[in-house]
Amino acid sequence: MTDGAGQRGLAIDIKGLSKAFGRTRVLHNLDLEVPWGEVLTILGPNGSGKTTLIKVLATLTRPDEGEVRVAGANIARLGQRTRRITGVVTHDPLLYDELTGYENLKFVCRMFGLDRIDDRIASVSEELGVTARLSQKTGALSHGLRKRFSIARALLHEPSILLMDEPDSGLDQEALAMLDTVITDRTGPTKTVVMTTHNLERGLALGQRLAILAGGAIAFEESVRSSSGAAALRKAYFHHTGARV
Amino acid sequence: MNSVLTPILALLWKDILLETRTKDIVVSVMVFSLLVIVVFNFAIEPTPTLVALVAPGVLWVAIVFGGVLGMTRSFALEKDGENLHGLMLAPGSRDGIFFGKMLSNTLFMLLVEAIVFPIFTVLFGLSLAEPELVLVAFMATVGISTVGTVFSAMAVNTRAREVMLPLLFFPVAIPVIVGAVEATGFVLRDADLGETVQWVLLLAAFDAIFLVVCPFAFHLVIEE
Repeated sequence: MTDGAGQRGLAIDIKGLSKAFGRTRVLHNLDLEVPWGEVLTILGPNGSGKTTLIKVLATLTRPDEGEVRVAGANIARLGQRTRRITGVVTHDPLLYDELTGYENLKFVCRMFGLDRIDDRIASVSEELGVTARLSQKTGALSHGLRKRFSIARALLHEPSILLMDEPDSGLDQEALAMLDTVITDRTGPTKTVVMTTHNLERGLALGQRLAILAGGAIAFEESVRSSSGAAALRKAYFHHTGARV
Repeated sequence: MNSVLTPILALLWKDILLETRTKDIVVSVMVFSLLVIVVFNFAIEPTPTLVALVAPGVLWVAIVFGGVLGMTRSFALEKDGENLHGLMLAPGSRDGIFFGKMLSNTLFMLLVEAIVFPIFTVLFGLSLAEPELVLVAFMATVGISTVGTVFSAMAVNTRAREVMLPLLFFPVAIPVIVGAVEATGFVLRDADLGETVQWVLLLAAFDAIFLVVCPFAFHLVIEE
């Protein structure tokens, strides 16, 4: 936390973010502040820009306009630093089918230049319940197990900020409970989680703040504590997006 | 370890491990290169004069077209399941991804050349066991894989990736291919060393240019 936003205690500070793919405007003048220690859940219909927002924060996509700061660092200039402190779970599991679970996780450790590789793999595998699957090729695993490995790979370097794009999709009840634990364990004064989901109940249960993304910008924000519940939020969601959740 | 070397070594380890499992790249490149050599061997009468004239061209057509095939596969592997995003999430410089992929492409091409060259020697009755030729092959392979890596990253995002890569690659790689063919010709004809050296210097110059320019281009190609 070296400058402006970091000193104000913001994990993520986005000002005027715009992003278009060709003629399709995905994000438009989006502002968002996420303090340290918060779990922010972003809701939005398909095509509302949730994935693009996560990709921008993860430095996978360059913004067209606006300033994005993660832990006080402008990601356009300090992308390497941003990637070191963020763990990212995307739609795709980012696994090589022909490698085993262990080899996939070991590869991530080596890409990050981590030490104590076996300890880290053992720890996250146990947390995600995939220890028994480490020796299997990930191409032979079910969607849910691949998703668990995908979450495990994002946790290996013990990131301060966790960015998760619909991490609950395709998970069974046991895995969902594990995901809840992963998120809860990573809540604290120096940790922040930003996740997108279609599941309103899950968003309410795990998030401390909910935001609805519509028209390329944050259309609605509410603290879960002050929320009047799922029914009211569902109504707000319909009001802002015209879609049902 | 520094931020460039770490992903290079990790990628090299991963690509070698994957290749030992699938054998996709080395086998397809080797079979293609051998087929080209065998077809040319049947197509032309291998008299000593004719062989000395056409052999360098045949050899490098086989190696370069096979290499293009392998490089298409190399990046398709990263595109499947968006694994390229996985590489981009690592904290190291994007240069590390480029050089890691470039080195594994170079390694696989050199491996294929180590098998193809002796077979070429037998079929065409020429000795390729010349130290100068090893140097020429190495420098040409570095140049080809450097250009090929950046264009395969570009072509993999297109629908007709197998067609697009040769279209993008060959116009840019022509100086390296010409340099390799000419230098090989001079070595095989036991020509004056000075004539070989000028083509080797051309290869070195293009390798140096590509090794500086291609990583910059790669940054632009992989980020959306």
